Amino acid sequence: MTATDTVASPSLSTHELTIRFGGHVAVNQVSADFYPGTLTVIVGPNGAGKTTYFNLISGQLAATTGTVRLFGNDITRLGAAKRTRLGIGRAFQLTNLFPNLTVLENVRLAVQSRAGIGMNMFSLWSAHTGLLDRAEHFLERVALMDRRASTVAALSHGDKRKLEVAILLALEPKILMFDEPTAGMSVDEVPVVLELIHQVKVERNLTILLVEHKMDVVRSLADRIIVLHNGQLVADGEPAAVIASPIVQEAYLGTGATADV
Amino acid sequence: MLKHLLSDDLPRSRFLTVLLVLILFGLAFAPFITSGARPLNTAATICVYIVLVASYDLLLGYTGIVSFAHTMFFGIGAYGIGLGLASAGPFWWIAFSGLLCALLLTILLALIVGLFALRVRAIFYAMITLAVASSFAVLASQLSDLTGGEDGKTFSVPALLSPSFHLFENEVFGRIIDGKVITYYLVFGVALMLFLFLLRVVNSPFGRVLQAIRENEFRAEALGYQTIYYRIAANCLAALVAALAGALMALWLRYVGPKTMLGFEVMTDILLIVVIGGMGTMYGAVVGAALFMLAQNYLKTLMLQASSALVGVPFLAEALHPDRWMLWLGVMFVVSVYCFPAGIVGKLRST
Repeated sequence: MTATDTVASPSLSTHELTIRFGGHVAVNQVSADFYPGTLTVIVGPNGAGKTTYFNLISGQLAATTGTVRLFGNDITRLGAAKRTRLGIGRAFQLTNLFPNLTVLENVRLAVQSRAGIGMNMFSLWSAHTGLLDRAEHFLERVALMDRRASTVAALSHGDKRKLEVAILLALEPKILMFDEPTAGMSVDEVPVVLELIHQVKVERNLTILLVEHKMDVVRSLADRIIVLHNGQLVADGEPAAVIASPIVQEAYLGTGATADV
Repeated sequence: MLKHLLSDDLPRSRFLTVLLVLILFGLAFAPFITSGARPLNTAATICVYIVLVASYDLLLGYTGIVSFAHTMFFGIGAYGIGLGLASAGPFWWIAFSGLLCALLLTILLALIVGLFALRVRAIFYAMITLAVASSFAVLASQLSDLTGGEDGKTFSVPALLSPSFHLFENEVFGRIIDGKVITYYLVFGVALMLFLFLLRVVNSPFGRVLQAIRENEFRAEALGYQTIYYRIAANCLAALVAALAGALMALWLRYVGPKTMLGFEVMTDILLIVVIGGMGTMYGAVVGAALFMLAQNYLKTLMLQASSALVGVPFLAEALHPDRWMLWLGVMFVVSVYCFPAGIVGKLRST
């Protein structure tokens, strides 16, 4: 099943989404609908605007024009924190964690945010044992339980990426956004993360957006591919069709390259 | 029980535990293990500064906010209770309403400073707080009809707290329980409660968010915490506790003045103590304030003894002349910051 067959209403959609930095249009009139249970991979050369498009959806950047809708509601003017609470979860490209806090605390903070008790000043954090159990559950899912007490700064790059995934899952989002989740990971760690992403999609019928460069990852996971080039959406559809299309051959794989995928 | 009282945040170092217990007992029994006014004055100042510095640690050490307006809130608390008692007489209800006005003004100013300034970068925020605090200090010394100007104002405290009040006819353990001793225990008790309160706050879910903001504000926001509200809340809370510390100081000294309550020296003292004690530890405020105040009050005496013992020794006697105590205090600070970059508590916990 691909997105285009889905009759359900989109969980997330962007309409003519645009952002300008001075004269440079980083994301230009991008319109796309995303559906539950579908994993969409966004591809494109460096500087195509993939991460910027992500930032516009998750609220780190404010759009110049255009709209972002979540389950039909306009969220274009909301900040990142509010969007997270409404269900847009984001894992970052550059590992972006709390370096001097423990691995467990990093996940617990996400669980705590979900529980909405951040302003509670009078109870002990450790008294909320339910939150700790939840946090440990998500650490188990990414196989990081044995590192729970070490600080993030002491983790390997691969483990940091896994922790990113655990934090994202702990937010229990309806929309999951991964920005190159396997970048810099060792070869044997990649399948663990990919399997996890696949499982989450199947289990929860979630909407997943993924920025990825590695063509084998794209092939194994994607239900749909969107191609960005110079900030514009240049192709959108089923993986096989998109990869084979001339515009992708030229824009993404380079002129004259053949699709050996 | 004790673990709960300390919010499960134990000293985590044997030597630190011993040090803290010593300080606690020293402060708790100060009126009976010392005699005269000066040691008790030092002890009361230590109590007040523990609270003042701990509240600053909530901002700087836990949230990562650099503010220079902390003395302003200290001063507001002091002036609130002081000017009330000075103008309307030594009654408890005056003291409390003065304090209440001060707390309201504190929360209002903390909110305004926070709303305007916490949106900007850290360095600009520090500059804005510096400007606001300096203007406030100037204002306090200019409005001399109300505040007594540069001289400040002395006032009488409610009868129970005044030195002429005697609780018992006779001495208890070698000290007459007069109003001054009662005031001391008021200061000590409130300071202890405020410290335990702050210890709870930093170990609450809220405190955990503050640490997340210090570590990576961008990510805290991405986790769904609206960091601006947390920073404003931390700012207001720290300001309120600082104001209460100011009120205690005023009650103890029975005096308010711009130099003692609003001066930039108070701010530099706070900064030095929090750095020497150890940022982001709370206990650093206790150890730092105790050492700092002891050094400030007794270094001169110690040096006088040392230099009179060394009379005739050409260089040392001169170098240790009591008039040079500020120089040695400075040297001590430089050495301690150099040797313990994570503060005394940080050093003790890491070994």
